[in-house]
Amino acid sequence: MLHMKPAVFEYYDPTTLSEALNLLAQLGGTARPLAGGQSLVPMMNLRLARPSQLIDLNRIAELSYLRVENGELRVGAMTRQREIERSATVAERWPLLREATGYIGHVQIRNRGTVGGSLAHAYPSAELPVVMCALGAVFVLRSQRGERSLNAKEFFVGPMTTVLEPDELLIEVRVPPLPPRTGWAFQEISRRFGDFALMAVGGLLTLDETGVIQQARLAFTDSTPMRPESAEKRLLGRRPGSDLFYEVAGVAARDLNPDADIHASAEYRREVARVLARRVLAQAAERAQASSEA
Amino acid sequence: MKHESSRPEKARWREGKQVGKREVSMTVNGREYRIQVEPRKLLVDSIREDLGLTGTHVGCEHGVCGACTVLWEGEPVRSCLIFAVQADGARIKTVEGMAPSETELHPIQEAFWEVHGLQCGFCTPGFLLTADVLLRENPDPSEDQIRQWISGNLCRCTGYQNIVTAIQLAARRMAARK
Repeated sequence: MLHMKPAVFEYYDPTTLSEALNLLAQLGGTARPLAGGQSLVPMMNLRLARPSQLIDLNRIAELSYLRVENGELRVGAMTRQREIERSATVAERWPLLREATGYIGHVQIRNRGTVGGSLAHAYPSAELPVVMCALGAVFVLRSQRGERSLNAKEFFVGPMTTVLEPDELLIEVRVPPLPPRTGWAFQEISRRFGDFALMAVGGLLTLDETGVIQQARLAFTDSTPMRPESAEKRLLGRRPGSDLFYEVAGVAARDLNPDADIHASAEYRREVARVLARRVLAQAAERAQASSEA
Repeated sequence: MKHESSRPEKARWREGKQVGKREVSMTVNGREYRIQVEPRKLLVDSIREDLGLTGTHVGCEHGVCGACTVLWEGEPVRSCLIFAVQADGARIKTVEGMAPSETELHPIQEAFWEVHGLQCGFCTPGFLLTADVLLRENPDPSEDQIRQWISGNLCRCTGYQNIVTAIQLAARRMAARK
């Protein structure tokens, strides 16, 4: 017996970005770009997704790179998650990104899954949207009409929804350098290792020379990656301490609007968020203090 | 539109024949195969049906169980989440490529056999290939590292205990033989 899980589609495998953009412009809204396929292909196998055309980006070598330019990390959209995990530069200069990437699925998934694919898919419990949000990354989108650069807040619209137009591709992510005296932390809770996160929190704290918090960023997996700005503001100008972190974590969790599903209730997710935020802040502060002393 | 690629199927784009079968050539276990496949055919189904290599198993069919794990350019991937057309030009290894000869087993296979690292055996090909890469990258893994590495492969029989034991045994033997 011959097996065909997905419905019929037209298959295109361009080898250059301009070719891919041209195809997207021509085919319009019925075509789906195929990156690593670790989310789209399962949906196609179950026929939850039935794109009429697939534009496979896997042969576009120019979209796969990891380089540092003007202190920024530039990640091509088709860079495999495993490459992030293996990069000594990422481990040394963007450890938050390295740590969070290790939580994505399993090694078989990370070998295929791409940075751009995960971000454009915008799955609510995915790790990369959260850390890119915390890191203040810039998303570079291109179509035949031109190019635009957006931050996470502008890029993510809702669960599995971004501002990407049907003829547009996410081509690059730019991650700014971490300021000196910055500590980081990432915490995630899932039922089993490698499962979808019930809640994940990433954070960065930067101290000034006197040990006072100068910059604070927290991001949570919510319906879309969420930065609790009012909670972040409460940290500024204050000294790291468990009372402060307890208070701020509570404020941040109140601002969340977590999903309820068969895996966890919204209340449970909110409570986990509060606990994880506290741990993230404490660990980030410790690391910031250690790097200040170094 | 500019076409710089010389690959013959490119010409078909303008004729609107993206649905029909395409020629794909891939190297599997060192042997080159040339097949005709529909774009929607999954790599795992193609390996089993077009190549006749039925050692790779189809479990969940949507990227959860790891039974279909093969090595793509030496790295473990789920072959149910890749289309066979994407493998054009790729170098793949399946469980059939592990044993050095018809009469010998790979040390990892040997260890699974000896310490009962399998019961029904359905998940075993995926575990063997996944373990193969672990021991290549980390010849002396801790139990935690083994458990973390094999977390993407599900086994409904063993409870994993003997799979971990088998990988530990294989690691010791492979180190001793070096």
